[in-house]
Amino acid sequence: MDVTVIATESLSKRFLRVTALDRLSVDVGPGVTGLVGANGAGKSTLIKILLGLSPATEGRAEVLGLDVATEGAAIRERVGYMPEHDCLPPDVSATEFVVHMARMSGLPATAARERTADTLRHVGLYEERYRPIGGYSTGMKQRVKLAQALVHDPQLVFLDEPTNGLDPVGRDEMLGLIRRIHTDFGISVLVTSHLLGELERTCDHVVVVDGGKLLRSSSTRDFTQTTTTLAIEVTDTDEHPDGTRAVREALHARGVTVQDGSGLPGAGHILLLTAQGEETYDLVRDVIADLGLGLVRMEQRRHQIAEVFTDNTDDAQRKEAVGHGG
Amino acid sequence: MAAEQSLQAPATPSGDTRIHNIGYRSYDGPRLGRSYARMSLYSQSLRGAYGLGRSAKSKVLPMLLFVVMCVPAAIMVAVAVATKAKELPLDYTRYAIVMQAVISLYVASQAPQSVSRDLRFKTVPLYFSRPIETGDYVRAKYAALASALFVLTAAPLLVLYVGALLAELDFTDQTKGFAQGLVSVALLSLLFAGIGLVIASVTPRRGFGIAAVIAVLTISYGAVSTLQAIADVQGSGDAGILIGLFSPTTLIDGVQSAYLGASSSFPGGVGPDRTEGILFVLVTLGLIAGSHALLMRRYKKVGL
Repeated sequence: MDVTVIATESLSKRFLRVTALDRLSVDVGPGVTGLVGANGAGKSTLIKILLGLSPATEGRAEVLGLDVATEGAAIRERVGYMPEHDCLPPDVSATEFVVHMARMSGLPATAARERTADTLRHVGLYEERYRPIGGYSTGMKQRVKLAQALVHDPQLVFLDEPTNGLDPVGRDEMLGLIRRIHTDFGISVLVTSHLLGELERTCDHVVVVDGGKLLRSSSTRDFTQTTTTLAIEVTDTDEHPDGTRAVREALHARGVTVQDGSGLPGAGHILLLTAQGEETYDLVRDVIADLGLGLVRMEQRRHQIAEVFTDNTDDAQRKEAVGHGG
Repeated sequence: MAAEQSLQAPATPSGDTRIHNIGYRSYDGPRLGRSYARMSLYSQSLRGAYGLGRSAKSKVLPMLLFVVMCVPAAIMVAVAVATKAKELPLDYTRYAIVMQAVISLYVASQAPQSVSRDLRFKTVPLYFSRPIETGDYVRAKYAALASALFVLTAAPLLVLYVGALLAELDFTDQTKGFAQGLVSVALLSLLFAGIGLVIASVTPRRGFGIAAVIAVLTISYGAVSTLQAIADVQGSGDAGILIGLFSPTTLIDGVQSAYLGASSSFPGGVGPDRTEGILFVLVTLGLIAGSHALLMRRYKKVGL
């Protein structure tokens, strides 16, 4: 990471009774960075501080090399922000609204019109952009929200839960669009979500926060490597009335650690194991075939952020990852 | 790009045909910053107060009220010209007081339009994630509504003034009256806009905003006028004058009858004298400053 886009140094934010951020130190480089955390983990508080809108209780932060405490206005001229909640008036058209927002970012009237037309086309709004926003679908509204964050050609955008409320297709399209913001537009992205699986596919780097603390910060590749988990479920036979246990013991004998899928649907019948690579899949297949059991399913688990929180078994590994973060 | 150019080169050596790259274009032009953004918000809000740049439906009420404000002035002028009167039937300063119901209705309809919408649809965070700050937003909105009100209240005065000159009334007299009228409606615009915006900024619901503004502006005027009439009947004129401090319309009436040579609409035509007038000026200015301070406090909280 040669350039730092966002840098925080023991950044804390305390309210009367709640600590929203607790000595958070993290560096974020160019590219698409995912900020992952459960609701209330401090994601939105962090974005507010980074926009220079809410002073930190202690510590400091820089965005694009500008201090958030003293150069908030300069930061807000260079970054875009897409809020999580609805923020669009229903009685104006997307074009009128985005033009107004472009001017609010300091673009002269003509430039604001040109950039609005360009940006709306890039986010995938065509003829409908002249109709009042009130009649739009959720997906189209999300695109307008994204367009207003991009219209002034910022160097960095903050996207707060951009896939909220979208159906699976809309979600994929939005994630593809977010990827393009960096690859095609050259704009760095900080995108928040409570779904780790969703960000794995889109981000170069993932930062996980919980209770205002940094849990880990690493490139997506490291992240998925250490957490690729395989879930398997097998049938029982007369020979092996408890097929699940038989597989566990057989795998144990070959030196593979297996965990019960406790707390998950179908607990007791699902085994979780860490995949080391192609060999693991072959091994599982062979073991089950040898036992004469039927394989009901073998799948890569879709990671929910909750796992990172509940997974207390490899604390050491996590600390290492945090140490390498940034 | 290099490949495209080399492909193009043989066909059009002069280079007047180009393949346009319709991919993402970055913006290198000027960024005009905070004061420009504040001006943009001001002009957008001012235009919005007359429904310009909004749907046809939202133009109806403000335009209608504007016409209603101007028609009586036009009639007075017509009468003055036709009857060759020596003076206009109504003083410049009295016009806004007589038309206070129309002005209140305008404030009630446009103040919520200006601020409640941003709150209701949560557009406010989009403003504050841009270079402008709380103070810029508040001042732009305040200035826009006050300007819109000034246009509403000064336009009929202009009609009267032009008409008076056409009727060849005394130029010095008319100019002095017109100037006094302008000062009075400027003060009235600031006061009404402040009160209207403070009330509207508390509620995201436009309907509540409209009702609350009407209630505060017209009920207070009705109540104060009634109490003043009672005080006058009972012979306690001084108390009656001081009651005038409690409604925006009578406040302006008090200020202009003390300092702007207006005839008071207080019972018996007796307004505050110059000493009592100080109190009216102070309360008026205090209310304007207080409205601004309350709006600032309100938007500090809204934030993101």
